[in-house]
Amino acid sequence: MIRTALLVAGKDLRIEGRSRVLLWQVLPFGVMALVLSGLALGPHHAGNSSAGPGLFYLVMLLVTLLMINRSQVIEGSIGTRTSVATLGLDPAGVFLGKALALAVELWITGVVVLGGAVLLLHTGLRGSAEALPSVLVILAALAAAGTLYGALSGGGQGPATLLPVLSFPAFAPLLIAGERSYSDALHGGALWEWWLISLVALVAYVAVGILLYGVLEES
Amino acid sequence: MIIKLSQRLLGPVTLALLALTFWLGLWVTPPDKVQGDLVRLLYVHPAIAWVALYVSFGTSVIASCLYLWKRTRSATMDRIGYCAMEVSAIFLALTLITGSIWGRPTWGVWWAWDARLTSTAILLVFALGYLALRRANDDPELRARRSAVFAIIAAINVPIDHFSVDWWHTLHQGATVFTENGNFLVHGSMLVTLFVSLFAFTLLFFWLLRARYRLEVKRDVFYVASLDEALAQRRREGVH
Amino acid sequence: MVDLHDAVVLVDGFPLLSGVTLQLEEGTLSVITGANGAGKTSLLRLIGGLVSLSSGSGSVGGIDLRDGDLRELRRRVGWLGHEGSFYDDLTVTENLTFAAKALGRPVQEIDRVLDRVGLSGRVSTPAKRLSAGQRRRLGLAWLLVRRPEIWLLDEPYASLDDEGRNFFDGLIGDVVAGGATVVVSAHDPLRSRELELRTITMVGGCIAKDTS
Repeated sequence: MIRTALLVAGKDLRIEGRSRVLLWQVLPFGVMALVLSGLALGPHHAGNSSAGPGLFYLVMLLVTLLMINRSQVIEGSIGTRTSVATLGLDPAGVFLGKALALAVELWITGVVVLGGAVLLLHTGLRGSAEALPSVLVILAALAAAGTLYGALSGGGQGPATLLPVLSFPAFAPLLIAGERSYSDALHGGALWEWWLISLVALVAYVAVGILLYGVLEES
Repeated sequence: MIIKLSQRLLGPVTLALLALTFWLGLWVTPPDKVQGDLVRLLYVHPAIAWVALYVSFGTSVIASCLYLWKRTRSATMDRIGYCAMEVSAIFLALTLITGSIWGRPTWGVWWAWDARLTSTAILLVFALGYLALRRANDDPELRARRSAVFAIIAAINVPIDHFSVDWWHTLHQGATVFTENGNFLVHGSMLVTLFVSLFAFTLLFFWLLRARYRLEVKRDVFYVASLDEALAQRRREGVH
Repeated sequence: MVDLHDAVVLVDGFPLLSGVTLQLEEGTLSVITGANGAGKTSLLRLIGGLVSLSSGSGSVGGIDLRDGDLRELRRRVGWLGHEGSFYDDLTVTENLTFAAKALGRPVQEIDRVLDRVGLSGRVSTPAKRLSAGQRRRLGLAWLLVRRPEIWLLDEPYASLDDEGRNFFDGLIGDVVAGGATVVVSAHDPLRSRELELRTITMVGGCIAKDTS
């Protein structure tokens, strides 16, 4: 399982590095979405740090939806998927590999967008740095859940509109925990409670993915 | 024989208990000291929430698990999972509606970003997502597998909902019926009405589930008949 | 090797295969012919454990198509489709390395295989930059690295010139001589008179004619 996971993660990250979609499309989108958030809040509220955590996670949610779809689309045409299916890869390993690759991509994007939040929404450098561990855990949980939902929504072959409908209810508690933990890091509070909840969600989604991804692949 | 009898009696008994609930709730029980007549909504809301969050959602999840397990995999389990989730969606919507009606005079707003309300709304979106997933797949086996996996993933959210009253700051009431020591907080006719209501709405769930299941069986029979016709037509392609 | 009895495959309510009865021996070459929509690709996918059996019975390589371990069956099967069968953004070598590592095959074999299929000069070329014929050769290389027991080739001659077709015929002959079971789908029967083969014609998801 681990060997397959590393093989698949390496493949996904290599494809991503080769295509540079993350660098030239997703990162600019994330920063642009932050700017748009500031515009939507208006000039008097745009620099108000209390809105920063929520807006950061809202932008990351949109980025996550983009990257989940990307993670499924890079599996290619039906011919490629058929060829790869004949390799008989361990489905749990495939799940872990894709989730790991997606998590790495979200971490990179998250750090950049977090920097953008500090700069544009004045969330505070020290508080944002303190929130970073919880951000990484929540993004990893989003990656694990997203990999499952990406496969559920048809693995890049199904309608693109299905993914948000399926994944939003699962993402919402993570976003709540993320916003609360980031806010607590900025203003002082029970940071570790939310961090722990995120870790529990991460473990749960990884466990479910390891157990059930094979069923989705059979589909 | 007993099963057939109980199936026949399910509808009438459910209706009778619902009628009893409404009679007790509207006429027999006294108004509350603080809430006045508004308390009568609480003979309906917790029962609907109980069915929505635990009975119907739980039935769907259990049926989904049984479908995914090879030994118990069958079209019956898939149908039960689907029908239970459909009923769950209705009850979740009713939970939010009755809760809003109660919340408006109590909290002053139709909706508050309370943890319990938010989690219930999220569960409703889960149920609607399940139904959307069902409609996105025409192949019966593909649809059954994906729905079953989705239901199990959604089940992770149910404990979050259950513990949300304790984990987050909330406007929602805490323990309503029992204290931490298991003593009753509600007494007399109010307690009786509450339990009758819980039983009545639980039976209502099974009655609706049965009706919906029978409709789904008829649909599948029609589908199989259409498959036979499709097969015959396909074979005729080779005959000149 | 392949044993199907009245096999029906349904997808979205449509019978792709409407009752196929077929036996294929190990180490043989069979060609499935027929018009578009006859069920050629579906039959190949059923043999490869890539679609489920809706009714009837069947086994491939001793693995039951209903209750058997289909993942294990797929590991023993090699697929070459008429679409791309590899990752467009990875280079020729990276694609083959992925396939080799996935199945635990020696990575050192790749250079020899690339030499065999005539892609030695394209090792660092991304797959999407290859011509149609080169992509077909890469697909073959993928199979040669994998060395599966059963080769399923879906219209492998499409967009190949005469030289490409002759190369294919030679390779298939070597593979069959090496003990693999090869099943090819094609619109027309194979031209080669050197290969001993069985031709199966499909119509309406069933077998209409069999030269065995």
